[in-house]
Amino acid sequence: MAGDRRFPRPGRGSVAVLRRQFLAWRKAAVSTMLGDLIDPLIMLLALGYGLGGLLPEVDGVTYIVYIAGGLVCMSALWAATFECTFSTYSRLRVQRIWDALLNTPLGLDEVLWAELAWGTLKALKAGIFILLVVVVLDISRQPQLLLVPPVLALAGLTFTALALCFTALARSYDFFIYYFTLLVTPMVFLSGVFFPMDQLPAWLAAAVSILPLAPAAELVRPLLLGQWPAHAGPWLAQLAITASAAIWLMAILMRRRLLR
Amino acid sequence: MIPVDPIEAIPATDHADSATNTAAAAPEPAVQVAGLCKRHGQATAQPMTLNQLSFTVRSGECFGLLGPNGAGKTTTLRALLGLTPFDDGRIDVLGHPIPAQARQARKRTGVVPQMDNLDPEFSVEENLRVFGRYFGLKRPQIAERIPALLEFSALTGKRNARIDELSGGMQRRLTLARALINNPDLLVMDEPTTGLDPQARHLIWARLSALRDSGKTLLLTTHFMDEAERLCDRLLIIDHGRAVDEGSPRELIARHVEPEVVEIHSGVDRTWLDQTIAVGPPVRVETSGERLYCYTAEPAQLLAALHTGAAGAGPFLHRPANLEDVFLRLTGRDLREDA
Repeated sequence: MAGDRRFPRPGRGSVAVLRRQFLAWRKAAVSTMLGDLIDPLIMLLALGYGLGGLLPEVDGVTYIVYIAGGLVCMSALWAATFECTFSTYSRLRVQRIWDALLNTPLGLDEVLWAELAWGTLKALKAGIFILLVVVVLDISRQPQLLLVPPVLALAGLTFTALALCFTALARSYDFFIYYFTLLVTPMVFLSGVFFPMDQLPAWLAAAVSILPLAPAAELVRPLLLGQWPAHAGPWLAQLAITASAAIWLMAILMRRRLLR
Repeated sequence: MIPVDPIEAIPATDHADSATNTAAAAPEPAVQVAGLCKRHGQATAQPMTLNQLSFTVRSGECFGLLGPNGAGKTTTLRALLGLTPFDDGRIDVLGHPIPAQARQARKRTGVVPQMDNLDPEFSVEENLRVFGRYFGLKRPQIAERIPALLEFSALTGKRNARIDELSGGMQRRLTLARALINNPDLLVMDEPTTGLDPQARHLIWARLSALRDSGKTLLLTTHFMDEAERLCDRLLIIDHGRAVDEGSPRELIARHVEPEVVEIHSGVDRTWLDQTIAVGPPVRVETSGERLYCYTAEPAQLLAALHTGAAGAGPFLHRPANLEDVFLRLTGRDLREDA
C-alpha cells in the first residue's frame, strides 16, 4: 500500500511479467539489438581508432584499449536507462499495462522486481555485445573478461533502479530531461570512461564517483586489461549500497504513485 | 454470427483450493463492505472520499454502484481489489479479508477497468494468453479456455488482429474476455459500456446477462440508468462517499419518485401551470433549464389541461418514472465538475 515502507519483496509472479517483457521484446528484437550494438560500436571505432590515433598511450595502453572497458559500462548504462525511463513510463502511464497487471493476483513488488530484472538484463545484453566486439577486434582477450558480466549485472541493476526512481516521479516524458541532464550526461562524460578521472579537479572527481558509472568503469577496465581492479571491495560495496537504496526508494515512490 | 450462450463452453473452475464450486449455492455474500472510510491526503479538513460506506453483494447477483462523478465509485472498487488503503471499516471479498488476502481474492476475480488497458504489443489471442500467465495458469489450461472466450466475445475471426486494429466495442469485448481468463467467481466492472455505440452496448449487456445466468457475481459502476435498470438486481446509490439508498431498481423508483412523469418542454406559463396543479391531485414540479418535470401519481387532469393547448405549453411527454428520475432526485441536478 501507499504507506508501505518495506524493501520490495521478490516473488514468483515476477516470472510471468518478465516473460511478457521478453515476448514483447522478441517482436522487435532485431531493431533493438542493432541499436544496442551499432551506437557504442561507432563510438568505439571513432574514438578508439580516430581520436586514439592522435593520442599517446593512456594509463600505459593504447586509447582504444583504455576506453573499451568504460564503453562496455556506458552501453549498459544507456540500455538500462532508456528501458526504465521512456519504456517503463510508457508501460506505466501511456499503455497502462501496470494497471492491468495489478488487477491480477500479482503484487506491485513482483511487478517492480520484474522491471528491475528486465532493465538489468537489457544492460547486461548491451554490455556483453560490446564485450564481444572487444574480443572479435582483439582489443582484449584476457581471461578476466569472464568476470565482466557479473560486475555488469550489479551495475545494470543499479542503473535500472536509479532510472525507476525518476520514472516513479515522472508526470510526462519531459521529466526525464532532468535525469538525463543532471545525472546521466555528467556520469557518461566524467566517470573515467573517456579519460582517467585523475584529470579532473579532485572535488569534481569525488562528486562524480558517488554516481554508479565510475565504480563500474573502475572495476571493468582493469579486467579488460588483464589486471585485477584496485579497491574492488569498496567499489562493489558502493554499487551494492547504491542499488539497494535506489530499489528501496523506487518501491516507496511507486507505491505512493500506484496504490493511493 | 454471435453464439447465443457460449459461456457454457468455458471449462469449469479449477479453484481446488477454495470453496468456489459451492460458493454460488452458498449463502455467503460475494462482497461485504462495512463502515468503509477513506480520506485522500493527510489533512483532516479534506472531505472524506468514502464515508461509512456499507453494502453487501450477494453471491450470483448483479449489483450496481451508481453515483455522480467523484462520488467514490472507482475508489470503492479499488479498495475492494486491495489497491488503495482505507482508514476505517472492513472489506471481505469472496470470503477473503481485504487487504490482508487481496491477492487470493483477486485470483478469483475478473476486472474490467474504466479505461481499456489491453497490451498493444500483442494480438487478440496473445493478450488472453499472456494475461492468463499472470494468474499462474498453465499453458494448456489457457489454451483450452481461449476458443470459448473468443467465441464469447465474438472475436474468433479477429484472433490474430492487433489491438489497434480493433474498434472500441471489440476492445471492450476483449477486455471482458480477458477478465474471464481465470474463470472468476466475481466480475468487477468500472463503467463497462462507457464510450460504446448502442450496438456494442447491447452486445455487452447480452454477455453480462449470460454471465450472471451462469452463476457469476457481477459488480459494476455505471452512469447509464437504463443499463442499471436493465442489468442490475440491486443498486446502491452513493454520493460524496456516502450510501444514499439501496434496493432493486423498482424498489428505488417506488420509494423515491411518483410513478408517472409529465415533461413539459418549454414556454409554458408557470402561473397557469401552478394554478392548474393547485386544483388537482398532488404534483411535484422540478425545473431543469427550459424543461419542467411534473411528478405525480395521477396525471390525467394535468394532461387534459395541457391538451387544450392553453398558456403556451410546448410539446410535452408523458412517461413512467424511471431510475434517472430517482438518481437526479437523490443526487441533485447540479453538474459535478470536481471529478
